[in-house]
Amino acid sequence: MRITCTVNGQTHQADDVWEGESLLYLLRERLGLPGSKNACEQGECGSCTVFMDDETVCACLVAAGQAEGREIRTIEGLSEGDRLHPIQQAFVETGAVQCGFCTPGLLIQVADLLRNNANPTDLEIREALAGNLCRCTGYEQIIEAVRLAAARIHPTGEFAR
Amino acid sequence: MEFLTPESWDEALTAKALSPDALPLAGGTDVMVELNLTARRPPLLLDLTRIPELTTWSLTDDGRIRLGAGVTYRQVIEELNDELPGLAMAARTVGSPQIRNRGTVGGNLGAASPAGDCHPPLLAVGAEVEVASVVGSRLIPIDEFFTGVKRNALSPEELIAAVIVPTARGPQQFSKIGTRNAMVIAVCSFAIALDAHHQTVGTGIGSAAPTPIRAHGAERMLTHALKSLWQRRGPLPEDLVQQFALNVATAAKPIDDVRGTAAYRQHALTVMARRTLTWAWDEYWSTGEAAA
Ligand SMILES: Cc1cc2nc3c(=O)[nH]c(=O)nc-3n(C[C@H](O)[C@H](O)[C@H](O)COP(=O)(O)OP(=O)(O)OC[C@H]3O[C@@H](n4cnc5c(N)ncnc54)[C@H](O)[C@@H]3O)c2cc1C
Ligand code: FES
Ligand code: FES
Repeated sequence: MRITCTVNGQTHQADDVWEGESLLYLLRERLGLPGSKNACEQGECGSCTVFMDDETVCACLVAAGQAEGREIRTIEGLSEGDRLHPIQQAFVETGAVQCGFCTPGLLIQVADLLRNNANPTDLEIREALAGNLCRCTGYEQIIEAVRLAAARIHPTGEFAR
Repeated sequence: MEFLTPESWDEALTAKALSPDALPLAGGTDVMVELNLTARRPPLLLDLTRIPELTTWSLTDDGRIRLGAGVTYRQVIEELNDELPGLAMAARTVGSPQIRNRGTVGGNLGAASPAGDCHPPLLAVGAEVEVASVVGSRLIPIDEFFTGVKRNALSPEELIAAVIVPTARGPQQFSKIGTRNAMVIAVCSFAIALDAHHQTVGTGIGSAAPTPIRAHGAERMLTHALKSLWQRRGPLPEDLVQQFALNVATAAKPIDDVRGTAAYRQHALTVMARRTLTWAWDEYWSTGEAAA
């Protein structure tokens, strides 16, 4: 079947999509966007996290056909050209990236958190990231990165008016 | 395989009538795992995510909530915390934010896992499942909905339209045992609903029998024992709480599996029953509902 959807603001189309295929496969294998990672294909690791119509989802659990006409935002759409997004910059500075496999999914999930919560507590950070596994860092640096990014994006601890 | 995206409920029911072996697809958090990791290939995937009436809830004439089958855990948490506190509590324990954004109550009922987290709170309040086919719709009491391990009372032509849930008339609690605070299938779980209006108690047990079940004996015993206590402001007698916990545990028929032994589940149920009853009752009398 043919699937048309918007990814990072651009309309994309793919033909001969298999009916049981996931949005993750569509993104990685057909649309040339391998930033979202495939680690478990069962919703457990969060490395495939993307925005779909403003909500974060595991792309491995969305059928490609369900993405028809929808608005997708992936890690490839986070930075502005070569300028890292403040969340990416914070991850780099705090050592929150080791092998980097979990990073794209985490960045999207953190972007969602900081959109809704200007100054999250550690518990709120942990809850927001409960579905994103990292095998390398032990999470402390990731939580540090979120604190740093929050402070930079929302310096007053509140949403800018 | 085919992929069909009906835009209306009638269209969906017609499709299901024409292809009874079509697999309904809602949030996909069970279906896609199966497609990704097993060889199961249904002839038709019936995507229900574009049917507007499935994704909303409304108040019925008799004051219950009619929850469209496609309402997500996130919606339950954000929109129905006051009306359906037990279900909202259970929803908060499901998976991760990403799973709660997609997973639906109807999908949980469709999967009918003994460990499904919606089931105990729905059992505790006596919800009804509204199912429909091209021929018409019918209401299935939640105690009759689960017919075996991962089996429910739907006929092949039917789809789940909604679940109709009485709004809370007293404190409700939900408790779930797992290895961490997120992303766990319940080792076992327990829900309790106090109905201060009718002066009754409802329960639901998850993951401790082939299907989710109510603890009928425990409900009857406690409802009877509470008769003289609803008007009194004070904690419950310890021996009554203990008796209730034991009655809950004996209602269960757990098995040994990778997540836990039968003996552990039985013990955990007594602990959860004791705690949830105490929390709910203390909320009841300390917030002054006892005087109402
Ligand atoms: C990582 C992860 C963690 C999870 N954690 C939990 C948890 O903590 N607790 C829990 O209970 N579950 C959990 N689940 C399981 C799953 O998320 C839930 O069962 C969820 O409610 C399924 O809803 P869905 O909309 O995604 O269903 P889908 O996967 O779309 O469908 C599930 C089943 O229901 C059927 N179905 C769906 N809608 C209808 C309908 N309207 N009529 C008839 N049949 C229908 C489908 O055909 C399928 O058989 C988890 C899953 C994953 C991947
Ligand atoms: S690959 Fe999607 S959650 Fe792991
Ligand atoms: S950095 Fe390796 S998995 Fe997180």
